[in-house]
Amino acid sequence: MYVAVKGGERAIESAHAWLAEERRGDTDVAELNIPQIREQLKLAVDRVMAEGSLYDPDLAALAIKQSRGDLIEAIFLIRAYRTTLPRFGASDPVDTGAMACDRRISATFKDLPGGQVLGPTFDYTHRLLDFKLAADGEVPAAPTRESVPRDVPHVTEFLNQEGLIEEAPLDDTPPPDLTREPLEMPADRALRLQALTRADEGFTLGLAYSTQRGYARNHAFVGELRIGAVAVEMDIPELGFAIEIGEVTLTECETVNQFTGSKTEPPQFTRGYGLVFGQSERKAISMALVDRALRWEELGEDNVGAPAQDTEFVLYHADNIQATGFLEHIKLPHYVDFQSELELVRKLRREAGADQVQEAAE
Amino acid sequence: MQARKLSGGFDTPPVNSAHAFRAVMEAMARPGQIQDISGAQPPAPLSNAAGSVLLTLCDTDTPIYLAGDADTDDVRAWLAFHTGAPLTGPSHSMFAVGSWDALMPLSGYPIGTPEYPDRSTTLIVECAELEATGATLRGPGIKSEATLSLPETRAFQSNRALFPLGLDFIFACGDRLAALPRSTEVSRSSREAVAHEGAF
Amino acid sequence: MTDYNFAYLDEQTKRMIRRAILKGLAIPGYQVPFASREMPMPYGWGTGGVQVSAAVLTPDDTFKVIDQGADDTTNAVSIRSFFERTAGVETTTATTEASVIQTRHRIPEEPLTEDQILVYQVPIPEPLRFLEPRESETRKMHSLEEYGLMHVKLYEDISRHGHIATSYAYPVKVEGRYVMDPSPIPKFDNPKLSDMAAIQLFGAGREQRIYALPPYTQVVSLDFEDHPFEASKADHLCGLCDATDSYLDEVIMDDQGGRMFVCSDTDYCEARRAAGHKGKDAA
Repeated sequence: MYVAVKGGERAIESAHAWLAEERRGDTDVAELNIPQIREQLKLAVDRVMAEGSLYDPDLAALAIKQSRGDLIEAIFLIRAYRTTLPRFGASDPVDTGAMACDRRISATFKDLPGGQVLGPTFDYTHRLLDFKLAADGEVPAAPTRESVPRDVPHVTEFLNQEGLIEEAPLDDTPPPDLTREPLEMPADRALRLQALTRADEGFTLGLAYSTQRGYARNHAFVGELRIGAVAVEMDIPELGFAIEIGEVTLTECETVNQFTGSKTEPPQFTRGYGLVFGQSERKAISMALVDRALRWEELGEDNVGAPAQDTEFVLYHADNIQATGFLEHIKLPHYVDFQSELELVRKLRREAGADQVQEAAE
Repeated sequence: MQARKLSGGFDTPPVNSAHAFRAVMEAMARPGQIQDISGAQPPAPLSNAAGSVLLTLCDTDTPIYLAGDADTDDVRAWLAFHTGAPLTGPSHSMFAVGSWDALMPLSGYPIGTPEYPDRSTTLIVECAELEATGATLRGPGIKSEATLSLPETRAFQSNRALFPLGLDFIFACGDRLAALPRSTEVSRSSREAVAHEGAF
Repeated sequence: MTDYNFAYLDEQTKRMIRRAILKGLAIPGYQVPFASREMPMPYGWGTGGVQVSAAVLTPDDTFKVIDQGADDTTNAVSIRSFFERTAGVETTTATTEASVIQTRHRIPEEPLTEDQILVYQVPIPEPLRFLEPRESETRKMHSLEEYGLMHVKLYEDISRHGHIATSYAYPVKVEGRYVMDPSPIPKFDNPKLSDMAAIQLFGAGREQRIYALPPYTQVVSLDFEDHPFEASKADHLCGLCDATDSYLDEVIMDDQGGRMFVCSDTDYCEARRAAGHKGKDAA
């Protein structure tokens, strides 16, 4: 006797209840709160804000808590929330030249106006597990020094004065908006950069790494990497001028790429650009390398068929929310399609005499 | 004055627009079939049907062309308040509204591109009458054939010849509308055909 | 109801989707790009269908959701409860009572009427995608009506296997113009696409495409004169309701490989059993 499976609704409810219990974990251990996540897992919060395309550390921290630390799940929560928000307008472009830098390094010049500022970096930590942290995470205050306000000009500007780097003329064309218009090819640089800044960190890293290993190698130097806060300003039509509505922390990377010239361009240095919410050097540098690789056409370079040169391939596969959704959907029921395949394979086998072959073997 | 300009919108936009859209969708899916539509009371000379279509489909992303008599200060103010849609000429319009004569010539509107045939204007034609008699319609959405009072036939035949490019039409009359997408084949009613032959 | 707007989506998003639906109806079978939104369910789990349903539903509608033909599969349950919560619409499992039906992978067995709308969830809307991965290329092929590659692929199947080796998501041609992916329905369902009284809308969220079939649109499954299209299903009766004409799921009964066949359309099967039909495996 067969009874068709029922009870999907109850199964879902029970699964959700179990999930909530698992999320909380052992109740003898204190519950995480949002400020703890925001302050102590800041780089996770930054990644969720960057790939979620929403600058709100508290919401990102909440998403991380709700998703049990699954950052792609947290990014998904933020994206789904973001789409429900009303849109009041667009800010003016931020001026990263006026950034209050916590960190600013150049790999191309030993010293330069504005100085090298190491900042809070893992770079020269020895990756030794710090067992003291397991017992006591309290640390003495780091030494401070009066900061001297000074201009921190972009490194690429120095090269520009000598005419050694390609011009990047100011362009006031309103950029397309990836979140409001379907992605279409060909995609101009503004659209590519938009897609890359919210692209999956791992995917972008892998592509960037592939260019370093020779799949469209583009000889990148980190001209400059800077991290810090910039003011966000918005034009208020009623006032007739722009006012500051807040501040965001950004990571910006400008690569300077050796370029021996092409059919259309003289020998000069060229640029790759990365700009990401929060502190995320790995992502910003990766973005700059991939940006540079995708620019082969406008710079008159050869398409060597490398994945990082393929705009359609990169942009259509860089979004981890699209990717994970489609990937994971194959665990949904596919009885119907599978059944039709079963019938087809049985029919093909029957006609190929495969059944008899098997019987004979047995 | 201000109040009149701004009144006549949807009372409860999510619900009014859902019902209005169903009427428009049914009309576009079943060419020639006349649908009731309500919700908006726009300033004259716009019909309630045309006003409801505009409030349902238009916003800051959709340039509108107001043709002829439809281009009044009141209509402009009403659309600006309720939709925020930018006004434009025919060649950049996603929607155009006006009487048949005022909307001419049809060659002035975008008909889409071979790769993106959807990027074409939808014309909302204000009609003095709208009846299920007249020209014969055949094509997708129509079981065997339908009839509709059209302002003419040749223009729609030329439009059909452009398929999959072309314009799409919504005919508005009071609280009713019907539609004629580019996919519909239009022929003269037998009565018209006889009259036409008689002229030779 | 919740703090979210009626049917979840904001009005501006609905307008954008509604405009795409109208253009889709005007150009049957053509894939209209639309700025699909992130939904509170994963891409690939019906976000396209959900957005189309949200743009189409009115508070007066009665909504039915099926996945693999069944109302009780978990994802169908999840989508149905989403609209109960956000749109407050009536829901049903009875095909005949529904005014809007959202489906994944099946067309109901009961013929649909002029008062109904069928919304398909579509994973890959581009029928040429498996032959040509580039969107820029496939768009060109559609514009030039260049479908030779598809015929070549189908014919290669025939020369290798003696049959077209596509059993679901079987490509169709709409009104003699666009080649269209009917979503991963089994080819058994393909004939129902043509000349249907209901409006058929297709939503692909991740791929950002909407397309449509107006009622009574001519839809032809691609085939060859010497190898005509054949709508096939398992050659059995439904073990529960004895139906001969419905698409069947195969259910494994024991670890000896014992199996039975039952209607994939659960409402159809229940209605038949309620009317007194009884299959050999029914209690």
